[in-house]
Amino acid sequence: MKHAIALIVAVVAISASAATVPNDDLAIIHVLNRSGFGARPGDLERVRSLGIQRYIDEQLRPERIADGGVTARLSGLVTIGLSSQQIADQFEIPQLEARRRRKADAQSTDAASTDGKQPPDPMQQRANSVIVELSEQKLLRAVYSERQLQEVLTDFWFNHFNVDARKGPARFMLTEYERDTIRPRVLGKFRDLLGATAKSPAMLFYLDNWMSAGGPDSSLAPATMIRPRGGRPRLLRPQPQKKNSPKGLNENYGRELMELHTLGVDGGYTQKDVTEVARAFTGWTIDRPRQGGGFIFNPRLHDAGRKVVLGHVIEAGGGESDGEQVLDILAKHPRTAAFVATKLARRFVSDTPPKALVDRAAARFLATDGDLREVTRTILTSPEFLAPDAYRAKVKTPFEFVVSALRATGAEVQDARPLVREMQQLGMPIYMCQPPTGYKDAADAWVNTGALVSRMNLAYRLAAGQLRGTAIDCTLQNANCKLQNTEEVVSRLLGGDVSDTTRATIAKATDATKMMALTLGAPEFQRR
Amino acid sequence: MLSRRVFLKNGAFAFVSLGFAPSFMARTAVAASGRSKQLIAIFQRGAVDGLSVVVPHGESEYYRARPNIAIPRPNGGDAAAIDLDGFFGFNPKLQPLKPLWDRRDLAIVHACGSPDSTRSHFDAQDYMESATPGVKSTADGWLNRYLQAQHAEHQTPFRAVALTAQMPRMLQGTAPALAVSQLAQFGIRAGQSSDAVGASFEAEYATAADSVLNGTGREAFNAIRMLKTADPSKYEPANGADYPRSAFGQSLRQIAQLTKSNVGLEVAFADVGGWDTHVNQGAAQGQLATRLDDFSRSIAALVADLGDRMADTVVLTMSEFGRAVNENGNRGTDHGHGNAMMVIGGGVRGGRVYGTWPGLAVDKRYDGRDLAVTTDFRDVFGEIICRHLALRDPRQVFPGYQISEARFPGLFA
Repeated sequence: MKHAIALIVAVVAISASAATVPNDDLAIIHVLNRSGFGARPGDLERVRSLGIQRYIDEQLRPERIADGGVTARLSGLVTIGLSSQQIADQFEIPQLEARRRRKADAQSTDAASTDGKQPPDPMQQRANSVIVELSEQKLLRAVYSERQLQEVLTDFWFNHFNVDARKGPARFMLTEYERDTIRPRVLGKFRDLLGATAKSPAMLFYLDNWMSAGGPDSSLAPATMIRPRGGRPRLLRPQPQKKNSPKGLNENYGRELMELHTLGVDGGYTQKDVTEVARAFTGWTIDRPRQGGGFIFNPRLHDAGRKVVLGHVIEAGGGESDGEQVLDILAKHPRTAAFVATKLARRFVSDTPPKALVDRAAARFLATDGDLREVTRTILTSPEFLAPDAYRAKVKTPFEFVVSALRATGAEVQDARPLVREMQQLGMPIYMCQPPTGYKDAADAWVNTGALVSRMNLAYRLAAGQLRGTAIDCTLQNANCKLQNTEEVVSRLLGGDVSDTTRATIAKATDATKMMALTLGAPEFQRR
Repeated sequence: MLSRRVFLKNGAFAFVSLGFAPSFMARTAVAASGRSKQLIAIFQRGAVDGLSVVVPHGESEYYRARPNIAIPRPNGGDAAAIDLDGFFGFNPKLQPLKPLWDRRDLAIVHACGSPDSTRSHFDAQDYMESATPGVKSTADGWLNRYLQAQHAEHQTPFRAVALTAQMPRMLQGTAPALAVSQLAQFGIRAGQSSDAVGASFEAEYATAADSVLNGTGREAFNAIRMLKTADPSKYEPANGADYPRSAFGQSLRQIAQLTKSNVGLEVAFADVGGWDTHVNQGAAQGQLATRLDDFSRSIAALVADLGDRMADTVVLTMSEFGRAVNENGNRGTDHGHGNAMMVIGGGVRGGRVYGTWPGLAVDKRYDGRDLAVTTDFRDVFGEIICRHLALRDPRQVFPGYQISEARFPGLFA
């Protein structure tokens, strides 16, 4: 049956203009799995009546989709609406002060414990709650938001411009970073998103640009008047050197900007370009990083000399605009278009996306001045996207697995914190991907024995109602469970498309919990 | 009688008896094929201060550079360095490892590290785990490339195990490896239905047309069965080995347990954090000392527990870079360059500090501030995989590097 439908999809798709997108159920499930985190009960019927084309059009305009349900679910998370400065004031600084007091105490009494473990610190826990709440927010939005594509893209672009919450004060900057820097721009112009990340305290801190200094005289410069965004002008005086104060040129951001954010690792830049880009960004720093301040340009740290980046000359004396010019050069570069198109196609189509599709998406990027809505549309409305090759071609990441299971089962999440902890067990802790590459978007990173066993266990615990704070509408506890026969389970959770063995195995299950667990943990459910 | 299936490369099942007494039979099964050598790699994440672990107490510059946090010259007291060879000494918290040094089972490679200048933790860890310094795009880790290069006699899911929740970069790649933080919890857990649910899942994966998930699913259930036979919950360390209750101690305990279960463990990985001592590092007491106490007691317990198996085992410790020679204004140390590695094992020519010592005088330092690197870490890795694990051709493990015996430190006879 699957092959027949896939064939129809293929035939229609190849001859297709956008107006004749297929609407059979497996195609709809495919679209829901890719443009979102999988089908919830009722989604299939909704898209069936709407049509795939209109559904995708709608998703590409998230601001027009009412999303009051998720707003209500997020209302208990007090920190997700706060600015970095508010979080620093209320959570971070009290914690640092408490730690300082404890250290002073420890020095006088030497209370070092032998196993290196410290007693739990209430201020530390309070500070950690910021990143926990942000993670709860991400899970809840992915499960409940009607703006599914926006959530997928927010996940995608955060991962593209990854910042690890474990690197020092980054942990209190990510709330603002995701909310104000990433999410509003995922369907905007790439240059705008790139520029916003470049000036975000989270990125400036994570990739060390805030402490990068250049120019022979930068340490001798006189006091300078600076004007922080939306703040009062202040006099910036030269400060004595101390730990982590600017000491010299730091190439970290310059390198990752080209390797990971724009051109790609084989993007044709040289070490010389890395150094020149790093020089251009000297002075792009953070106003009081430990206190949640914003971007400032500090001319004292800036290398005012002439730079040459990828053959483009940036004249001396450009100040803050040096960095902007670099971002202009990179955002317009064909290698950037190809790199972004490849990554998006990998996310939406397959681990090895067809070259013809990547080329068209890259061309669209260049033709629209990097309009991400149009690039995304090109991919989601392409024949390759709906081709048989693409069907279940992607192995779900642990995050996609958890969210799609919660969606498929119509789970009611009252408390997402246990789910946040599950993500660590599954090897994909939220906001804690250490390297700047972000989490890998390919099957080999996620298919290993340990992770697979963890998925099966999670499937069972979810089905059995053992995940604290999460209930599904069909558990052993629920005498009115409606899912009693195999067909209904596999139809609801997997569109009815499972192997004979999976179907027979589920049919042998002795109760609804096992039935559901064996469906969510089945090989078919690990793919999207 | 308990039995265990060893899944052989040709797809046949061999039934090998395994119990508490006859475990030698299983070991013989592995040993008969030629190789039962093992490597246990330990990553100290956060950049340990090698200069206060293996202390160059013979250098007055060390004491000039560190007025507050130097480890005092050996004086017989337990707050001073423990002399090793008249020039270097152990941090006093490494006392549990001193007997290994005295038995010549422990070697040190000092001033060892990366040719890349990065002082970023994540870059440097990445380079040490990929073993391609300066190249971030390397897809797999060097231990995984070793597994790819070395023919495995037995296809066992426990050939390479990381005692971590996530697969470390070092073991990522196309060769199968297992990441599991708690052996006792590895398996399908569904209360009283665990066996039935496990069997059902196994059936689903065993026949899946999906080759990726099918293969991994088979490995997973094979592993579960083997572990069940070994029964982690009943493990008793040997020779009075006393593991700290820390996460690191428990990781090493589980490595010993896996080793002694004869499940074919060849490469094991554990990591331990807390080394990023920018502030109040301490000296014989304090932050670093506390971490070193756990570190050395855990390793000493592992070595004691493995007993005569240490003849076939190498324990290798590493950390992404060392720390600056001068202490900073917060009685801590900032990110540096060269560092000390330890190589422990029955076959190691221990009791020596390897590598050329560059000296700590400012003009001998890297960038005028850090311990210079005189041994590329790849030469240490390379010697271990060639001379201990007996890999014939290590070139594919170290892409872009001219690996040469001439540069091996000489850790093995």
